[in-house]
Amino acid sequence: MLTWIAILILAALSALAFLMGRRKALGSAGGSPAKMHSLPGYYGTYVALWVGVPAALLLFVSIMFGGRLEHALLTANQPPILHQLSVEQKELFFQDAQALAEGRQLSEAVYEPEMKVALDAKANEAKGYVDAFKQGTFALMGVLVLAGFLATFPRLNKDFRARNRVEGWVDGLLMACSIVAVVTTLGIILSLVWESLRFFNSVSPAEFLLGTHWSPQIGMRDDQVGSSGGFGALPLFAGTFLVMLIAMCVAGPVGLFSAIYLSEYAGPKARAVVKPLLEILAGVPTVVYGFFAALTVGPIFRQGFNSLGGLFLGGPLNELGLYLGQVQNQMALVAGVVMGIMLIPFVSSLSDDIINSVPQALRDGSYAMGATKSETVKNVVLPAALPGIAAAFLLAISRAIGETMIVTMAAGLQAKLTLNPLETVTTVTVQIVTLLTGDQEFDSPKTLAAFGLGLTLFAVTLGLNIVALRIVQKYREQYD
Amino acid sequence: MTDLPIPTTTASDRARDIRAAVESRLKTRHASERRFKLYGQLAIAIALSFLVVLLGRIVTQGASTFVVHSISVQVPLDPAKIDRTALEGVNYDIMVADAVLAKLGEKDDDYGTKSDAIKDLMSPDFGFQLLNMIKADSSLIGKTVTVSGPLRANADLYFKGEIKRSSPEEERTLSNQQLDWLDALKSSGAVTTGFNFGFFTKSDSTEPEQAGVLGAVVGSAMMLLVTAFLAVPIGVMAAVYLEEFAPKNNWTDVIEVNINNLAAVPSIVYGLLGLGLFINTLGVPRSSPLLGGLVLALMALPTVIIATRSSLKAVPPSIREAALGVGASRTQAVFHHVLPLSMPGVMTGSILALAHALGETAPLLMIGMVSFVPGVPHGFDQAATVLPVQVFIWENASERAFHERTAAAIMVLLVFMILMNAVAIVVRRRFERRW
Repeated sequence: MLTWIAILILAALSALAFLMGRRKALGSAGGSPAKMHSLPGYYGTYVALWVGVPAALLLFVSIMFGGRLEHALLTANQPPILHQLSVEQKELFFQDAQALAEGRQLSEAVYEPEMKVALDAKANEAKGYVDAFKQGTFALMGVLVLAGFLATFPRLNKDFRARNRVEGWVDGLLMACSIVAVVTTLGIILSLVWESLRFFNSVSPAEFLLGTHWSPQIGMRDDQVGSSGGFGALPLFAGTFLVMLIAMCVAGPVGLFSAIYLSEYAGPKARAVVKPLLEILAGVPTVVYGFFAALTVGPIFRQGFNSLGGLFLGGPLNELGLYLGQVQNQMALVAGVVMGIMLIPFVSSLSDDIINSVPQALRDGSYAMGATKSETVKNVVLPAALPGIAAAFLLAISRAIGETMIVTMAAGLQAKLTLNPLETVTTVTVQIVTLLTGDQEFDSPKTLAAFGLGLTLFAVTLGLNIVALRIVQKYREQYD
Repeated sequence: MTDLPIPTTTASDRARDIRAAVESRLKTRHASERRFKLYGQLAIAIALSFLVVLLGRIVTQGASTFVVHSISVQVPLDPAKIDRTALEGVNYDIMVADAVLAKLGEKDDDYGTKSDAIKDLMSPDFGFQLLNMIKADSSLIGKTVTVSGPLRANADLYFKGEIKRSSPEEERTLSNQQLDWLDALKSSGAVTTGFNFGFFTKSDSTEPEQAGVLGAVVGSAMMLLVTAFLAVPIGVMAAVYLEEFAPKNNWTDVIEVNINNLAAVPSIVYGLLGLGLFINTLGVPRSSPLLGGLVLALMALPTVIIATRSSLKAVPPSIREAALGVGASRTQAVFHHVLPLSMPGVMTGSILALAHALGETAPLLMIGMVSFVPGVPHGFDQAATVLPVQVFIWENASERAFHERTAAAIMVLLVFMILMNAVAIVVRRRFERRW
């Protein structure tokens, strides 16, 4: 509430500063804008920016980090009664103390009378901090507003280069926005690397990358069955590779041939119909593909294989029949095929662009030699477009590796080191989802393993993307 | 030319041979040409048939959700059965079941087996309706009140033909007797069929017949609002900087390569970023539309930047030069002339990026949006669920009735995406200028 009032006051002060600045500058020019260096509005804006922005930034920072600072101060001295609590209970205690101080709703924890006394004491202390912090912030904001005004307002006169100053602010803002993208990358890398390092403290990277035993559920007690916890991610890499391979077997030929047809054979009318339809296929959310895989393709494939297995029973291929008879809904083939469908438009539109950018002169030369269309495509266009198409396939592979929903819903959870497409497999992304949904404790290797997997995923896809983009760029230059 | 040898028979024979050879070869070449073209047509046919099957399956699976079978029951509120001191503890469900039994003209045995069986056909919501009525007005006790609402999901599935009488009784969730009752209720006109408005006015529930998409739609809208307010301005300004102001040096090259690569980072990695940075470091509340919007904004940012840059590039340099020529500063030239002219392209790109964000699921699973949220979120920092995650949650539910609701939720999601895409196309068609 107080914060909103502060924001309103700040806005009002900025508006006032704008009017005053504009008026003073106009006044110094005798009311004629033609004699001024900049348009009158720029003078007002210049003052308003210095009045409003620093204080607003301070308010923002204090909202972001205020709670944390209070928390740190609050936990600095702990009454002896708290020593009997566990770490989580302590955390909850302090959260409740802060909540009590700010009048928010408490957690459901129950406090004994003595504990309640301690809680109230802490809440009082927290209230003191909150008030002091708020007052400090508001006082500092007042100082900033005043300083901003005093630093700029007296300097205004008709020759002041207000427009250039304001444009300096605009430039700064634009640059800050473009840095957000870099900060995002840094944020991704830092958060992945930081948590992964903690993970690799307990599990060696070699074991993680080359181990074949994956069972991240660590038992509560040492004597529990399967309490060891295995963090060998090789089965996950194998599963990811298998699903990706199946997907590319579907998306590669279908996508490439439809791109060839669309760019070389189809007339403008057919293109105008088919391309938007393919775009629809590309726009369908992946969770929808997952639903389709789990409830339509999975059962159909299972029934197909089960009845196929029935044919072999009793014959020389009895074993195979028995095996096919017990195939499950969740298998690598289902996830791979549906992922392949998802990737068709991706491969097709990328390849289409690349085939279209092959110069027409190459085709004309080939036709002049008497080659048919398909011969031209096979012997001239495709070889010329090959690097680009390879890049398109690499990008599709990177998409397939990072795809999450389809595999989560259709591939399964069992980590198996297999290349049999009829088995349930699990992938890197599925494991990340499984490890991180539900309750998380941030000190267990189980949760941190997800960040190790995430780092691996990020590194592999980034590598594929960089290589692919480099190839595309080189290829473009070749024909430009 | 006079030196040419006189044509001999052998030479013309050879020419004929060559022609025959060429013609036969031409035949195989044309055949391979036709084959090649056929492969292309086949590929497109396969891709489009996948589209038809995918959408067809979803429509056929989900369409039945929009029909609901409801019943209204007159329940006598027997004062003997209602303990006024503990209204919450009264078994209202059995009172409803008894009322339905009375309607059917059946008498219950001493163990209450029949009313138990009837209870399984009625939504537990009837009980809550009674409780709320009595709480609001305790003078109703002793009178007869009417409650109405959907039948329980299993009964609904029977009327929709999903549960068949022909299948063996022990494999069904409903007994023969329950089916008889349902038929009797249907033929007596007590069960009415209507459009399922509840699906659009209710939020998630553990009971399929009470579950709707309202909470998820509101959650999606709130999250998309956050995404739009962050990704579009930041993306546009970043693109303006890179395209119009940035000096060409190593630093801007780094930003460029970086943006192109960010666009291809798997979405789940953004979820890890949200978890590691926003939740653990910055303390943004879990499962909130604010958090989801932040994560999706970072995801949509590269797309918005790339779209904006290409539409800024399309504005011819003569516009800039003319503005500079009459004395505008660079900033003025860009913000007064170039950017407004590229706005259609920027809007199209942004809407498409937002449509993509609307369908995104994986990163939201990481940041705790899979939790069960009954009701509409009240604020940007409250727990919420969104449409694609609702699809994921319902797909995982074991009750069969949730499967049709999953498909129906997908239809709602697709309708929203198609609307956004349509808006983007209209904007492009209507406002785009060709130079």
